[in-house]
Amino acid sequence: PTLLLTYVPKENNFPRSFFKLAGSLVNITSLLAVQPKSKKTLTKSGVKNIVVVEGVRIPFLQSGTSYADLMPHDLARAALQGLLNRTSVPREVVDYIVYGTVIQEVKTSNVAREAALGAGFSDKTPAHTVTMACISSNQAMTTGVGMIAAGQCDVVVAGGVELMSDVPIRHSRKMRKTMLTLNRAKTLGQKLSLLSKIRPDYFAPELPAVAEFSTSETMGHSADRLAAAFAVSRLEQDEYALRSHTLAKKAQDGGLLLDVVPFKVPGKDTVTKDNGIRPSSMEQMGKLKPAFVKPYGTVTAANSSFLTDGASAVLLMSEEKALAMGYKPKAYLRDFVYVSQDPKDQLLLGPTYATPKVLEKAGLTMADIDVFEFHEAFAGQILANLKAMDSDWFAQNYMGRKSKVGAPPLEKFNTWGGSLSLGHPFAATGCRLVMTTAHSLKKEGGQYGLVAACAAGGLPKCVLGP
Amino acid sequence: LDDLLQGFILEGFFSHCIMTQDELNFIVKLPCLLGSWFMVLICCFQVNTLSKQLSSEFTDIMNEIWANEAVKSAVLISSKPGSFIAGADLDMIEACKTSQEVAQLSQEGQKMLEKIEQSPKPVVAAISGSCLGGGLELAIACHYRIATKEKKTVLATPEVLLGLLPGAGGTQRLPKMVGLPAAFDIMLTGRNIRADRAKKMGLVDQLVDPLGPGVKSPEARTIEYLEEVAIDFARGLANRTVSAKRSKGLMQKLTDYAMAVPFVRQQVYKTVENKVRKQTKGLYPAPLKIIETVKAGLDQGHDAGYLAESQNFGQLAVTKESKALLGLYRGQVYCKKNKFGTPQQEVKTLAVLGAGLMGAGIAQVSVDKGLKTILKDTAQQGLDRGQQQVFKGLNSKVKKKSLTSFERDSILSNLTGQLDYKGFEKADMVIEAVFEDINIKHKVLKEVEAVIPAHCVFASNTSALPISQIAAVSKRPEKVIGMHYFSPVDRMQLLEIITTDKTSQDTAASAVAVGLKQGKIVIVVKDGPGFYTTRCLGPMLAEVVRVLQEGTDPKKIDAISTAFGFPVGAATLIDEVGVDVATHVAEDLGKAFGERFGGGSIELFKLMVEKGFLGRKAGKGFYIYQEGVKNRSVNSGMDEILARFKLPAKPEVCTDEDIQMRLVTRFVNEAAMCLQEGILSSPVEGDIGAVFGLGFPPCLGGPFRYVDSYGAKQLVDKLRKYEAVYGSQFTPCQLLLDYANNPSKKFHQ
Repeated sequence: PTLLLTYVPKENNFPRSFFKLAGSLVNITSLLAVQPKSKKTLTKSGVKNIVVVEGVRIPFLQSGTSYADLMPHDLARAALQGLLNRTSVPREVVDYIVYGTVIQEVKTSNVAREAALGAGFSDKTPAHTVTMACISSNQAMTTGVGMIAAGQCDVVVAGGVELMSDVPIRHSRKMRKTMLTLNRAKTLGQKLSLLSKIRPDYFAPELPAVAEFSTSETMGHSADRLAAAFAVSRLEQDEYALRSHTLAKKAQDGGLLLDVVPFKVPGKDTVTKDNGIRPSSMEQMGKLKPAFVKPYGTVTAANSSFLTDGASAVLLMSEEKALAMGYKPKAYLRDFVYVSQDPKDQLLLGPTYATPKVLEKAGLTMADIDVFEFHEAFAGQILANLKAMDSDWFAQNYMGRKSKVGAPPLEKFNTWGGSLSLGHPFAATGCRLVMTTAHSLKKEGGQYGLVAACAAGGLPKCVLGP
Repeated sequence: LDDLLQGFILEGFFSHCIMTQDELNFIVKLPCLLGSWFMVLICCFQVNTLSKQLSSEFTDIMNEIWANEAVKSAVLISSKPGSFIAGADLDMIEACKTSQEVAQLSQEGQKMLEKIEQSPKPVVAAISGSCLGGGLELAIACHYRIATKEKKTVLATPEVLLGLLPGAGGTQRLPKMVGLPAAFDIMLTGRNIRADRAKKMGLVDQLVDPLGPGVKSPEARTIEYLEEVAIDFARGLANRTVSAKRSKGLMQKLTDYAMAVPFVRQQVYKTVENKVRKQTKGLYPAPLKIIETVKAGLDQGHDAGYLAESQNFGQLAVTKESKALLGLYRGQVYCKKNKFGTPQQEVKTLAVLGAGLMGAGIAQVSVDKGLKTILKDTAQQGLDRGQQQVFKGLNSKVKKKSLTSFERDSILSNLTGQLDYKGFEKADMVIEAVFEDINIKHKVLKEVEAVIPAHCVFASNTSALPISQIAAVSKRPEKVIGMHYFSPVDRMQLLEIITTDKTSQDTAASAVAVGLKQGKIVIVVKDGPGFYTTRCLGPMLAEVVRVLQEGTDPKKIDAISTAFGFPVGAATLIDEVGVDVATHVAEDLGKAFGERFGGGSIELFKLMVEKGFLGRKAGKGFYIYQEGVKNRSVNSGMDEILARFKLPAKPEVCTDEDIQMRLVTRFVNEAAMCLQEGILSSPVEGDIGAVFGLGFPPCLGGPFRYVDSYGAKQLVDKLRKYEAVYGSQFTPCQLLLDYANNPSKKFHQ
């Protein structure tokens, strides 16, 4: 409860259980790079180079704020329009659109198509929607990569959208069954007899799953256990969360968050920046009570990512197409790996497993990477991953490796904030990670970036650039 | 600096603990002293039973805790994986010769725990694994309990199952802690309570979730985490930021309020007592003593309660019921070991032939232990029924919340239902549970041997067909063995494994390993008609028929057999087994053993079969079975049949007691003969098989323990008495005669 007060505006009277929902779907990882300079190039013979031309996102807002009255495709539309405006790409050039989303609005189940039509894309451009928990937009991007690499398309728009301000709440199964049978009832007598079977418990609503389906455990609870398994203290978590907010604030103030495009919300003011960045103090954060493992856990509202509304989109092209059209690519998407593991005890450890794999696949080492962007579901989850990556015991006993891969140096790690501070609209986060990496590489003059995230169900992935 | 300080403190104040550390009963640790002026002492058990030595050392440590100003609170934890404290040392109780000695033990335990309870410095019990009997009593004497939410963490007072009562203050503390009704439930059933349930009942104060891998193994880190959390709470309790008082729910408040009224309490006692009397038929003294003891404490006060507890504990410990139950407990432990050693090849893929009641039951207890199981039948309909049985069995666990629906689905993925022999080339063991007909058994054996790999074991689930006869057509008789399961397989604990002269040691090892994996109590017997269990049951059922023919009605027979301690009445048992099956077996055994298996007329059974009175499965047998009808009525159609086979009753052997003894002496005599002939390798297995497979009265501990307690001579006298009336069916076997002639000879020392 106190958590909610801190992180959700007063006028927001969201049911408390929704907070758990935020916890229930968070993890993502990927890696990317700008154009090759000094180090070796990762160009593969016979495979097209695939580039990120541009990427944008609308500001990520805490749910229940300015986007509260919109529908998911409205947010996606805004991101897609933003992308069109920024790139001026002729709409007929876009061959395909792939969008990710996690909590589906049933009215717009193919949200990609609804958003694309509304955003002024050609009605001749096919679109489909993918879902893979918190790495849904990573999945959208790699789907696009696959299509380009296979020669199906040259230009793909990929993105993700999440609107946590509104989620589908259903009637109970019993009620739904009664209602459906009612449709088929012919006589008044049949109808009345069906109606007479309705009992008070039929009216209990069904909230979207707040927990991992296979284990019935909420994500926050899992994160708390993960933090405990790696002996990550409350203090460390709060410090890390504070770092995220502080760095995000600095990046925001310094105008580094180049992927943000303003969004004129109908009936409201234009939204220009993320509203979840709130550097607090250790004292204030220390006062919060544990949100999941009560009363002695370590994961609190302050060291978890919060419920967020937002959408993002990137423009992917084959390198030759981009160059032919006169674009200067922002980054090359070089490689990616999806991994999955035990959904109970290692749900949020994806980045640990995926990072060494993608590096080995690309023939790189940790030292080659200039920018690390890891999805911050929970401070405890990030710190546990860093400890796992730094543990020979874990590498030997669980990853089948001879030795640890080593933890990324913090000075290259999420230096412009992360999901903890910028927010985490589940399916929109992947594109944000990629664009942050691209912009960061450019600013720092780096060459390789690594993006990593973990997702519900224990599926994380890595994407790696030039 | 920390280490230095710890060393100093240890040397200066805890000389004793260093000593005990050598003896490995405890390790005493002092966590982080700096940054906190609250010192928590961790007392880590290295053993999992409460022995005399442990209590005296433990008392010394507690004394030091109280004397030492630096220590503000303590945590009790165990370093034994899988258990907190699994109970008192049973040898210690058995070694006592008199009830006074046992009562003395109980009093010492009471004192030790009372000291903890009254300690001004809070003591926290950190529980992971089994917390049973004395372990639970220790935990509830502490001021706070923290338990891991793992499957292996269970709390229980199993004393009643050993004919005892919680003798270290448990009967006095539990009612105060969880309320009278719940306390009775815990103590009278002895059932296992999982950690989450214990939390709801108020038996534990906090739960700790088990952790996954970190930079240590999940198990090691979970225990460490439990300790860390416990230390936090111990500190909190000492500096009063945590309160040990738990908020009771409205229901419990109401219950407590009601229980404070003497009249209501009396009604509760009465209800519980009546229920216990009805269920135990007065054969088990422990439950009544538990009620009496709880009563003493609540009605007459603290001192009277504790006195009653120790006295009653002492009295119960020397009863023959307790000795019988303890014998069964030890027998069970014995039968949970594989005396043939580890098999060369672990069974990972199992194939079950026949998806009937037995086949599907075997599949169910296999898939949920992680065995890949092929369930094969010859007809789609039969296969569907079998698969549905497995699903239903697992789903009932989901309904009881001991399994999640996800776990159910993932368990079911181990099951493949099919009509052909596909995949049998990968089977490590095949268990056939097809119709009990030697020709069919031979047919499937040949079919199976054509498709299985060389190492694959062929096991036959049969209740009476000799295994050597089945193995006669085998190309590899050393790989053939009998595995006799009991119906319903998922609930009956016994598995009777039958080896022939040709069965190899490794085949036996493999079968026992599978049985143990399936959670069974395994006895291994030699091959012969009816093996051990069916053979013992034969003469008894023949006698039941004779008693029926003599004019005793089925209800009466049921009443006198359950009064003797059989969980199911003798007539009902026949209905459950199936009259056709009983006929089949009786004929086979009659052929093999002749006159000794006579008594009642087998023609009676045959007529029943003819009329379709096949027992429960047909809805009609001795009784009429209707869905949803609880009080079944006697099948009036039987009157005519019974009248047709009526025999004159012999008044000299037809009192209730005589009828009981006629049934039991024939059972026991046959069991003894099995031991005499080497079918059984030990009396322990004979007792376990009879109790867990056939429902021989547990309070008697099995046929062999019964001979010991009743007296071999007395038993032989009874047999002689009936022999005089009925002839050779009651002739005592040589082994019994030997024991009767030598009073010092006992089956169990």
